[in-house]
Amino acid sequence: MAIDIYKINPEFRDIMPKEIIDLEENATWAQNQKKPRGIKEMPDTKEILEEHSLCAGCPEAAALRYVLAALPKPEETIIVNSTGCTSLMFPHIALHTVHSLFGNQNAVATGIKRVLDWRFPDIEKDVVVLAGDGATVDIGLDYTLQSFFRQENITTICFDNEVYANTGGQESGATPKGQVFKMAPTGKKFEKVKMWELATTAGCHYTMNMTASAPKAVAKAVREAILVAREIGPTFLNIYTPCILEIGLSANEGLGEMKDQDKDRFASYKFVSPEAEEFLKKCKEEGKL
Amino acid sequence: MASIKDMTDTHNWSGQKLVTADHMLFEAPREKHFMTGSEVLKEAVKRCTVDASVSYPITPQSEAAHLIGELWAEGYVGMYFRGENEFGVMAEVAGCAMAGARTITTTSGPGTLRAMENFPQWSGTRIPCQLILMARGINSPLTIQPDNLEVTFMLETGCMIWYAENVQELFDMSIAAFIVAEKPDVHVPIVTVVDGFFVSHTRESVMLPADDIALFPYEPYKAPLPPIDSETPPGRFLRDPFVMKSNYISYATHASWQWEVRSAVERSRRYAKHFLKGLVHVTGSEDAEIAFVTCGTASHQAKEAERELMKHGIKSKVIKLRTIRPFPKEELLKELEGVKHIFVPEFNVVGWLEKEVKTALHNNHTANIVGGPRVAGGMSLPAEAILKEVFEHINVEGK
Repeated sequence: MAIDIYKINPEFRDIMPKEIIDLEENATWAQNQKKPRGIKEMPDTKEILEEHSLCAGCPEAAALRYVLAALPKPEETIIVNSTGCTSLMFPHIALHTVHSLFGNQNAVATGIKRVLDWRFPDIEKDVVVLAGDGATVDIGLDYTLQSFFRQENITTICFDNEVYANTGGQESGATPKGQVFKMAPTGKKFEKVKMWELATTAGCHYTMNMTASAPKAVAKAVREAILVAREIGPTFLNIYTPCILEIGLSANEGLGEMKDQDKDRFASYKFVSPEAEEFLKKCKEEGKL
Repeated sequence: MASIKDMTDTHNWSGQKLVTADHMLFEAPREKHFMTGSEVLKEAVKRCTVDASVSYPITPQSEAAHLIGELWAEGYVGMYFRGENEFGVMAEVAGCAMAGARTITTTSGPGTLRAMENFPQWSGTRIPCQLILMARGINSPLTIQPDNLEVTFMLETGCMIWYAENVQELFDMSIAAFIVAEKPDVHVPIVTVVDGFFVSHTRESVMLPADDIALFPYEPYKAPLPPIDSETPPGRFLRDPFVMKSNYISYATHASWQWEVRSAVERSRRYAKHFLKGLVHVTGSEDAEIAFVTCGTASHQAKEAERELMKHGIKSKVIKLRTIRPFPKEELLKELEGVKHIFVPEFNVVGWLEKEVKTALHNNHTANIVGGPRVAGGMSLPAEAILKEVFEHINVEGK
C-alpha cells in the first residue's frame, strides 16, 4: 500500500474525527521502513491502534500494542484473527484484518499469503495470525499444525491466557493442570499443552514461549518471527497475557502476574533453526533488526 | 509454474487469448469431444484464468480435484495445493478469494458437511468463489453412492446454487458461474451441483471451444468489499466493535446484512438468465397436463419417461430447474400454466425439491403435487419407476 494513499477527501475533512486527521498528518509508516519501528514510538505513533475495547488493565491490550509497534512493514501486513477477546479489538486496528471463524485462522492465513505471493510477486506482504489459546491449541490445533507442516510463510502468535475468557472462563487445553475453571469444576485433569514444543516439532523455524512482561522482548520476538516467516518458513510465538478477570486479579496486577510466570510456566523457551539463525545474523548486519 | 507477470492486456499468464464470457459460451466455434464430468471440469477451469484452487480427496470428486492440480503444474492455474480436510480447504479457499483470487474447489457428500460452517461465512464475506459439488450420499452406514440429500443442507447458506444435468451443462455452467458470481452487484459464492458418478464418471460427447482462449481475469477492485491485500487503505472508522455488542444497532446490522446477501443472490437472476439461457429449460408437450419438475440427472430420466408416456398417447413435459438459489418461481409458474399433475422425481429420501416446489406454488397454483418417485442410497431412477408413479396417481383420480 502506498503511504500517500491515506488521504482524506478535502470535502469531508471538516467532519472527520481528530484521529483520522492525525492518521493522515502524523503517519510514520514510511519511516518505519528505514529504521526498526519499536516500543519507543508507541506513545506518539498511533496510526495503527489508538483505542481498544478490552477490559481495563488487560495485558492482552498491552501485548497487542507491542505487536503492532513491532511490525516490520505495517502497511503491507495482514492480520488474521479468530473468535475470542482479540476479535473485539480488530475493528479498531488500521490494518487489513480478517475474522473468519473460530479455529480456521491458519487455514485462512494460508490462502491469503499464497494468493498475495501469486498476485504481488515483487512486494513482500506479511501475514500474521493472532489468536487466543482456545483457537490455537484446541479448536484450531489441526489447522495451526498443518500450516506448520506445509511450511507456510506466516507468523502465528498465540495470546495464551490459559482460559476461554470471552465465553466466561472455561478450561482450555492451555490451562494448567489442577486449575478450577468452568467446565473443570474439580480442576483440570491433564497438563497444559506445550504448544511451543509442538510448533518446533511441526517445523517452525522460530518458536518462543514468553510473557508480555517486557515490551522490548515482545517487540524483538515479533520482528524476528515475521522476518524469518517472510524468508524461511513458519514461526510461532506463545505469549502469556493473563485474563485478570478470570484469575481474580485487579486491573493493576497483570504485569506482576506476568513477571511471576516468567520464572514458571512461561520460563523462556526459544528455538531458532540453523537457517533462521543465519538469516537473522544477516538481518542484523543489514540494520533490519 | 505460471507467473502473473506474464499476463498482458490480451493474453493471460499461460498465453491464452482473453475473451468475454459471451464469446466463450456463445460465439467461439466448438468441436466434439468425448469425456467424463471430471475431465470436462478440467477443460472448463483451463479456460477460466483461475488464480487459485485448493483440493482434498473424496469419492467421487477426487479426480476432478487432482485434474485441476495438473492444470496448475501445466501453468494454467496460479496457485494450488492439497489442504488438510474439507473444513480447512474451504477456509483456505476463503483466504484465497478474500485476497483477490478467482478461486475454485470441489467436494462431495461428507466433505460438504464437514466444511459446512464455512459456507455461510463465504457468503457473509461476499467472496465470489466457486464450489463444484458432486453430490453423494451422507448417511450412515458409509455410502459412496450417488444421492443428493446433501444439497438440502446448502440451500440456506446464502450461496447461489446451480444444478447441471450432464457433462455439457457442467462445462458451460462452471464457466458462467464465475462470471455471474463476480458481478459487483452479486458477488456471492456459487455452488455448481452435479450428481456424483452419474455426471462425474460418465463419458459423454460434449462440444468444447478451443483451449487457446480463456476468460478475462477476475477484477478484485470491483468487488463490493475491498480485497484483503493491503492495497487499499483500511478504514479505522469503527469506534465500537458492534459485531459483538448486544444492542439494537448490532442486531440491525446483522439482520440487514443477511437480507443483503439474499438480495445479492436474487440480483443474479438477470445474469443467470442470460448465461444459462433461462433459469428453467422445458422439453415435451407445451399443452401437457402432466409436468415433471426436476433438477440434475433426474431430468434426464424424466425426459425418458416423457417419451414413454407419449407412446401411450399421454402428453407431459419436463421443467428442468437450472438454478435452485435463486429459485426460479416465476419461470416455473409460467411453465405450469394449464398443468394439473406435477411430479417431482428425486435422488434423495426427504424430497427437498418437492418442498421447494410446494413452497413456490402455495396459493399460486392448484395442481396436484406428487413428491416422487424418490430413490436414494445409490439406486438408479429408471423411467419405468416414473411411469408407475404417474399411472398410479392418474388411476387414483379415475382418468
